[in-house]
Amino acid sequence: MMHENSICFSNINQPESWKIENYMASGGYLQWKKILQGQPGDKARQKIVEIIKTSGLRGRGGAGFPTGLKWSFMPKTTEQKYLVCNSDESEPGTCHDREILKLNPHAVIEGMAIAGFAMDATVGYNYVRGEFIKDCYPIVEFALQEAYTHNLLGKNILGSGVNFDLYNFLGAGAYICGEETGLLESLEGKQGKPRFKPPFPAKFGVYGMPTTVNNTQTLASVPKIIEQGTEWYKSMGTDKSPGTNIFSVTGHVNKPGNYELPLGIPFADLLERAGGMLDNKKLKAVIPGGLSTKVLPGDVIADCTMDYESLASAGSALGTGAVVVIAEGTCMVELLKRSSRFYYVENCGQCTPCREGTGWLYRLLQKITQGKGQESDLTLLVDVANRIEGNTICAFGDAAAWPVQSFIEHYYSEFEYMINNHGKSIAA
Amino acid sequence: MSILKEIDHGTPAITSSITVSAKINGMDISVPEGTSIMRAASLYGIDIPKLCASDSLESFGSCRLCIVDYKDRTGFGYPSSCTTPITEGMEVITNNEKLTYLRKNLMELYISDHPLDCNTCAADGDCQLQDQASDLDLLGANNMLKPTRYNTVTNNTHLGQPIDSSNPYFNFDPEKCIVCSRCVRACNEVQGTYALSLHGRSYDTQIKPGIAENFLESECVSCGACVQSCPTGSLIEKTIVEKGIPDQTVLTTCGYCGVGCSFKAELKNGEVVRMVPHKDGKANHGHSCVKGRFAWGYTNHVDRIIKPMIREKITDPWEQVSWDRAITFAAAKLTKIQKEHGIQSIGGITSARTTNEEAYIVQKLIRTAFGNNNVDTCARVCHSPTGYGLKQTFGTSAGTQNFDSVLESDVILIIGANPIVAHPVFASQIKKRIKQGAKLIVADPRRTEIVESPHIKADYHLPLLPGSNVPLINAFSHVAVTEKLIDQNYINQRCDIESFNDWKEFISLEMHSPENAATATGLNATEIRAAARLYATGGNGAIYYGLGVTEHSQGSTMVMGMANLAMATGNVGSVGCGVNPLRGQNNVQGSCDMGSFPHELAGYQPIENDKMRGAFEKKWHVTIQNKPGMRSLNMFDAAVAGKFKGIYIQGEDFVQSEPNIQHIEQAFKSMECVIVQDLFLTETASYAHVFFPATSFLEKDGTFTNAERRINRVRPVMEPISGKHEWEITQELGQAMGYQMNYSSSSEIMDEISELAPTFKGVSFDKLDKLGSVQWPCNDEAPEGTPIMHVGEFVRGKGKFILTEYVPTTEAANRKYPLLLTTGRNLTQYNVGTQTRRTPNTIWGEDDVLEIHPADASTRGVNNETLVLLRSRKGETTLRAIITENIPPGVVYTTFHNPETGANVVTTENSDWATNCPEYKVTAVEVEPAEHRSEWQIKRTRELKKFRQIRSP
Repeated sequence: MMHENSICFSNINQPESWKIENYMASGGYLQWKKILQGQPGDKARQKIVEIIKTSGLRGRGGAGFPTGLKWSFMPKTTEQKYLVCNSDESEPGTCHDREILKLNPHAVIEGMAIAGFAMDATVGYNYVRGEFIKDCYPIVEFALQEAYTHNLLGKNILGSGVNFDLYNFLGAGAYICGEETGLLESLEGKQGKPRFKPPFPAKFGVYGMPTTVNNTQTLASVPKIIEQGTEWYKSMGTDKSPGTNIFSVTGHVNKPGNYELPLGIPFADLLERAGGMLDNKKLKAVIPGGLSTKVLPGDVIADCTMDYESLASAGSALGTGAVVVIAEGTCMVELLKRSSRFYYVENCGQCTPCREGTGWLYRLLQKITQGKGQESDLTLLVDVANRIEGNTICAFGDAAAWPVQSFIEHYYSEFEYMINNHGKSIAA
Repeated sequence: MSILKEIDHGTPAITSSITVSAKINGMDISVPEGTSIMRAASLYGIDIPKLCASDSLESFGSCRLCIVDYKDRTGFGYPSSCTTPITEGMEVITNNEKLTYLRKNLMELYISDHPLDCNTCAADGDCQLQDQASDLDLLGANNMLKPTRYNTVTNNTHLGQPIDSSNPYFNFDPEKCIVCSRCVRACNEVQGTYALSLHGRSYDTQIKPGIAENFLESECVSCGACVQSCPTGSLIEKTIVEKGIPDQTVLTTCGYCGVGCSFKAELKNGEVVRMVPHKDGKANHGHSCVKGRFAWGYTNHVDRIIKPMIREKITDPWEQVSWDRAITFAAAKLTKIQKEHGIQSIGGITSARTTNEEAYIVQKLIRTAFGNNNVDTCARVCHSPTGYGLKQTFGTSAGTQNFDSVLESDVILIIGANPIVAHPVFASQIKKRIKQGAKLIVADPRRTEIVESPHIKADYHLPLLPGSNVPLINAFSHVAVTEKLIDQNYINQRCDIESFNDWKEFISLEMHSPENAATATGLNATEIRAAARLYATGGNGAIYYGLGVTEHSQGSTMVMGMANLAMATGNVGSVGCGVNPLRGQNNVQGSCDMGSFPHELAGYQPIENDKMRGAFEKKWHVTIQNKPGMRSLNMFDAAVAGKFKGIYIQGEDFVQSEPNIQHIEQAFKSMECVIVQDLFLTETASYAHVFFPATSFLEKDGTFTNAERRINRVRPVMEPISGKHEWEITQELGQAMGYQMNYSSSSEIMDEISELAPTFKGVSFDKLDKLGSVQWPCNDEAPEGTPIMHVGEFVRGKGKFILTEYVPTTEAANRKYPLLLTTGRNLTQYNVGTQTRRTPNTIWGEDDVLEIHPADASTRGVNNETLVLLRSRKGETTLRAIITENIPPGVVYTTFHNPETGANVVTTENSDWATNCPEYKVTAVEVEPAEHRSEWQIKRTRELKKFRQIRSP
């Protein structure tokens, strides 16, 4: 297919792609050097922000917020500003940032340097998921040292007068630290408990200073966009969802894996790329954007294209692009129970709806799978979910509520069956 | 009277010059920009349900009970009103069907994991969870929470966990905890100790005292802020568990330190069950420390003496007698002594622990019935140099600022004070300001808690050698002057220019340079220079100091040295600046104000001034001697010399608190009539012939004046246990000696004070009841008091610079006594421990220990936690050694809380050249391992036991 692996994965087929000489051999750091060797002033900063705005790049962390717009929120003051890369990739089903960090770490570094320059943030932090300590973090650290050795980071880089210091920070293993303000707290050495907003990080971020938090894939896309131009970028994807996206396809498929493909490809095509359904089973459902997005029945997703708009109008979201494919024969009650356990265990414990509510969601589902459920439990489940949604400090509450709401909406009969049959699954 | 509950507006007040107007439930409101919806509503009497919000804490937004709706709201979900600022034109709805539906569900979530039986809970009736449940129809008529829909699933709740009752004063019951984080935030934001944390995450989130097993073993300092902030019965005072929820409040003032915290004494059936800091208290703003909050149990301790007692000789057992008999006995003795030994042969001491009115009447008794000026007060041994030094330079004997001023300081210079342990409530305010970014310089031989604690680190810690304050402050001034960092405009306008020029010449001499001061102070010259520059140039510079400044042979010089520096840099007379003594006792400021010094009448009016004295003579109908009388140390010296025979001591324990105890013991044994008016048989009372049982602060009716000159009301919560107010005792003693005083209340005494002392002209109980408190001067020019002094002009007119030449103390270390001992105190014991040793505070230890540097310990073969002999030129005692690097080599440190140690047996009679304040802070000593208590200790224990016998009635 055209445009496969054209941005973040553009070099992954090279041997030792993570090394700086290989990255540079394919044009890496040229954009950064160009900026440094041009006239790196406010005009240049403005120009970069404009390019990113025009490109239509949207944040790949899940919410899809326009990146250029986010950058423009940073105040034009002389105070210390920060850029933070959210590499705390932990949304269930999602595993593409890990691959970027392992195979193309310099794209992240260059992207951060450019973004930092564009927002006049002279310090950057790459917050790496704690569980990446073994296979990923050493590479990221290695790459960072290489970049420093090549004088591409630090003070007065290449004599340009531009400063950008970058630090890797290893998280301690909490899903909630992927929430940007929980991440900031964690970065400051505190417990990863999200902050209420406003004030948003652009006003009150790390150490109370203006901060922009972008996702790994978003930042890794930046050098290529600058290099190839916005027209090229927009030639991929759809009008409102330009560019490529890395889809992490998991579940009942023959070839689970990461696929960098233009946004807007039909789901059917994506499924085909992933080798089609495992054992030729029938498609039952898809969670299209990581566990926190709403499940879509097979017949609904079949008509969707994989972009922000199409999935939103189908009642779900592109999220992190983690596509969980579910075949016929899967018990949706068990699956929801397993999902709910995740939110029960991982919430930060700060707000009452999550802390108490996720526990009850999980326990009620446990009760049902143990054959002790009552019809009223289903009403209660939806009731709890409805009251968590939208009523918490951060979006975690929504993420915990949506699976419950959507599973029960689409598969009510399965729940009902289990309740009426002492815990026996209709799917078995 | 009923229970007083202050309104909690939910989020802290915002100051902004911009006002926003909006509507809440259709009501027009206008508030400063940035105010939360919750606070705005509350200010207009609209109550939004809340559990995690409190206006003493930053908004948090976690309970989600305070959600509201507003017109044209975008996005889904409802905003929490505590975290959402109200904006111009906003139309807020705080209550509708949907909001109630959501709130009710939330409450169900809480209740699903909470015991249902409110009717057996100690917090029944004082629980916000219960209140909210009741409002949402979730509380049954039987005072039980209604079971929720979740109660069909019962596994894995937090019910049935053990209660942590390790703290002597409060319990933590995790099953009643709703994880609102208020305790954690109170510990962090209000107290600044960071002892508590949220442990774990999700449903398993629990409040834990850090990494400790329980509260007692944690870093908790028992300030009570967490208990106070708890919206349920999870953190609760043991007294409430035992005795129930109070039904009555009396507003009063703490009787411990000079911060003077306002408290709500809460009573049940007339008995105090809890002391809660009062939110409207202007010194403490609703905060407290372990002493004021919890350590009040001594007031009804079994050791309290409640009947008057007399005896002929101190070797006789005490005999309990009636008040009449005791007073007649005392009066006859004093009269007889004066007849035989002359008018000057008796004197008296006013207490810094009593009310102003009680102190005033004692000095009046001495100047009238005794007919002399032999009156002194314990400020002699603490802040008399402050009185002298600040009077000479600024014109008034008191600190310049109110406590709140520190919240606008940019550089805080703390010298010889350890506020975290000695003035904890004010320390919390200092910490708050430092966390906001103010700079901190600490000059103290020890690495005290304020030098480094969670989120606090001094920019400069100057661990100077004891006795070297003056060269240090001179070096600061030298840097300011020679580097041209002074505020010449301020000096020209505000100060006596001639004195400034002399001083400038003096201080510019090379001998005052940091490089030269390095030897005397043991400090690095570069550090001194950098710290001095920071103070001089860092914005609002505020000096706070303690007895580490005053208790030296050059205490007064040092006070003037600080005043010089502050004036030279323009740091007096505006908010955020100033020179401020942290006074140790609840009414030490007041006792000084009341004319307790031999040379001054109330309001610091010199005894020699005929006009001023004349006013008192006219009012009192007596002739007052026109020369100052004896200071306390003079009295004791005269006693040893056989010339001073009788003393009336109102609440001071000289035999423990004076330096060179053996000398004091000798003085007391030489006297014929020692009258002690106190709560307990103190060490001093062992040497007395008459014992008048005193009143605790809970029985007193009057006023205390705190370190910021704030006059606070002290209201009785019970009748005097002894049957008499202290002013009545003094009045009757006067009558028995032939001088008529006929006050019928302490309020009348205050009226007389305001009549005679111009600085108190506007003070009356009525005004105090109306305003809560006032800071003197309170007169026609300042009818509501004076928070900050010397604004525009110094009290003495032009600020006066005084030359501060350094004269080293004669108490130098030598081969025989190579170490320098300095003394101080700890958090849980107060002064000589008379009160705190009679409270459960002893769980944190009541022994004095000797802190010693590892190097000094190892050369002496001293092991950690072992007994050592501490020996000086004056005496010796034994105590346990603690080896620590918080103290520099060559210096050792102890507290003086325990009579068993009697730390002052080693201190010397060296004293301040101007005021005779003893040099407690420098004693040359030697330390060696010991096997048993010192001979003096053994002898004393035996002797005191004999002196304390009471004949059974």
